[in-house]
Amino acid sequence: MTQIKTGISILALAMLATACSPPAANDGSEVASNPPPSREGLAPGLYDAEEVSWNVELVHAERTPEAFAPDNAMWAPAVEMALMQAMQNGEEVERPPSPISFANTDLAFSGDRVIMGNWHGFNVFETQDDSSVEHVLSVVCPGGQGDVSVHGNLVFRSVEDNRGRLDCGSGGVEGESSAERFRGVQIFDISDMNNVRQVAAVQTCRGSHTHTVVPDLNDPSVIYIYNSGTSSVRPSSELEMCSGGEPEQNPDTALYSIDVIRVPLATPEDAAIVNRPRIFADHETGEIAGLWRGGQLEEEAQETSVTNQCHDINVYPEMGLAAGACSGNGILLDISDPANPARISEMSDPNMAYWHAAIFNNDANKILFTDEWGGGLGARCRAEDPETWGANIIADITENGLEGRAIFKIPNTQSAVENCVAHNGSLVPVPGRDIIVQGWYSGGISVIDFTDSNNPFEIAFFDRGPLDSEQLFLGGNWAAYWHNGLVYAPEIVRGLDIFRLLPSEYISENELAAANLIRFDEANTQTQMRFEWPDEPVVALAYVDQLTRSGAMTDAMADTVRSAVNAGSAGDDLLSSLSAAAEGAEGADASRFRALMEWFG
Amino acid sequence: MQIKLVRSRAIGLGMLAATALSVSVGQPAFAQQAPIVQPGAPGENSRALTREQSLELGQSSYIEADARFMQHMIVHHGQAVDMGALVEGRSRNEGVRLMAERIALTQESEIAMMRTWLTRRGESTEMQGHHGHHMNHQMDPNVPIMPGMLSPVQMDALAASSGAEFDYLYLTGMILHHQGAIDMVNELLSQPGAGEDPELSEFLSAVVADQSTEILRMQNMLARQG
Repeated sequence: MTQIKTGISILALAMLATACSPPAANDGSEVASNPPPSREGLAPGLYDAEEVSWNVELVHAERTPEAFAPDNAMWAPAVEMALMQAMQNGEEVERPPSPISFANTDLAFSGDRVIMGNWHGFNVFETQDDSSVEHVLSVVCPGGQGDVSVHGNLVFRSVEDNRGRLDCGSGGVEGESSAERFRGVQIFDISDMNNVRQVAAVQTCRGSHTHTVVPDLNDPSVIYIYNSGTSSVRPSSELEMCSGGEPEQNPDTALYSIDVIRVPLATPEDAAIVNRPRIFADHETGEIAGLWRGGQLEEEAQETSVTNQCHDINVYPEMGLAAGACSGNGILLDISDPANPARISEMSDPNMAYWHAAIFNNDANKILFTDEWGGGLGARCRAEDPETWGANIIADITENGLEGRAIFKIPNTQSAVENCVAHNGSLVPVPGRDIIVQGWYSGGISVIDFTDSNNPFEIAFFDRGPLDSEQLFLGGNWAAYWHNGLVYAPEIVRGLDIFRLLPSEYISENELAAANLIRFDEANTQTQMRFEWPDEPVVALAYVDQLTRSGAMTDAMADTVRSAVNAGSAGDDLLSSLSAAAEGAEGADASRFRALMEWFG
Repeated sequence: MQIKLVRSRAIGLGMLAATALSVSVGQPAFAQQAPIVQPGAPGENSRALTREQSLELGQSSYIEADARFMQHMIVHHGQAVDMGALVEGRSRNEGVRLMAERIALTQESEIAMMRTWLTRRGESTEMQGHHGHHMNHQMDPNVPIMPGMLSPVQMDALAASSGAEFDYLYLTGMILHHQGAIDMVNELLSQPGAGEDPELSEFLSAVVADQSTEILRMQNMLARQG
């Protein structure tokens, strides 16, 4: 476990080798202590790699559908070896497809459907009662990275690859400029599974690496898409609105902005860019590249760095906020007017190479940012890699804006043939705690409690061996998302992993049952929705478990509260003791006492 | 104490596991039932595909310029690693040291990735006309091997400096060096048919994103240095 306060030099870090430990269990529950297994040296394999898990169970592994799984893909080590041998012997060989051509990427959820993006298109699965899924549709449209979102029957998809074509064909496009090239956000209508139609293709200057669906809470007839392009700027000969360069030379540069696309839901074919806001501009001078050049070069901004694009933007419409992970900075945006996002605060940190993703906690008073050092293609969780790089950083949202707290990275015990870095995840809706489940590529999935911003700790994980023992083949869990009681984790090569969290000394049956009460009919992983737990007994019992675990509530008091919860009401004596206890408690425990009182109220 | 728990496999996957080996060498275990659809351009109809047609559409190619770009970039990245190796004992600036360590580690691992890309395609990992040392004798030491690199004279000056002078030479040199990499990407992409291999396309985006971030960060450090 590695979690270290930021702002300390690497040298000091070495001396601080004794990392913090999770709080000891103290709830007298029957779940026995279960030390984490080693993730080191797991045996390789495509479908038979060694697996370890801790406090989580793999309930189903759905293989990548056949139409997206060539037998001779380069990630099949046996094929690879034979091919290399043949090439060395000077034989003419037919080259198998590039492994990334069929890589699975992000997920979106709609009704009982799970939509999994892929460099080659996307696949749709239907969830079954036994926690498995049935594959129901493959849509082919080559061009990565293929992140998906959904709204009703509309599927949105990001394309950044240079070979992307407007007609979903292959073979690339001719010339530097071509009207046939497509790089941007595609919109498909999947209401007729046998005749999926592309209804719009919104071209953007830097392609679409990923995007975010933003509902307009005041107007249900439209949604907005925030698009993040990270590639080089297309020439104006191909797309007239585009030109590159630094703002001093070209005030219209396509750098230093994001794209806001408006989608009228009745006529999605009219989707179009309506704004390219300068969210990095200096508030006082208006300078476009404001995050690094304007007024911030003085002492306290000593690590201020720079930014000309966002990678992921997580929006939280009910809070009117968005968190942007924007290459050199983490930023906080006001999106109360969704067509005109405006920056509220920004932060930087010397440990962060490339701000990649951001997730609010449910109360929106903190953000977990991730650093995708190396872009996900490389092995960055080896023993020799710094344990503060390619990690998560927790930031509190304070009166002074964003303030960095602790850093968390899974142990650096992955091998040199496993691509690994912090990647995408979502909250696990346990009341009274901030918990995230997250994919780390070939580092597997990890569940972290970050209720205390200064002391995040791991409570569950799953890890699988590499694809091959000799060479690095791109693989692993692109992401892990909690949805309606299960964790869905796309695996780049192998398919879709489905997990169930298990009760342990770090999470109780009641807490998991309370999390299972949160249900969403439609969910996009970058569009956060507020969890509001119903007044079920398990919710109150979850708080009791947390308070006894931390030691803030005695076993005797816990027994009294449990009886009152089961009876459905509390006497005045109990309510006043809870009130007194809330007064005497701090932080999360104080909130839990208050939540209990409200539950009885 | 750590106890190693090894999961064998999820219940119900036994059958799939048994066929795993054969699948990886070319025997589909079962036929896909779900429709495979290729949409047309916006407004056009879609068409149904077979599995083979789908897989065929995933074939991508590369052109000679792509392979040459990778060969050149390996040499280019190699100098960034060499520059990083000079930091120890010369710089006293923690920010510069961190930046240099990160750049060296990153570029080292990208070199490995580029070599793999070339090897898997049966291409040489060597830049044409550049076989390490034996081309140096015919070169002007004031001229770098390629644009966007430091010349041998500049590398010598960097090696001979220390303290604030080293930091200045390192930062200005690395900014030039990174800008050279971005220029190489833009030059490649201006050629018809280049950069269409998806792995390469992803790498090109990563180079542009990471290195432009680092350039601006280093410019910021220089501005603070005054």
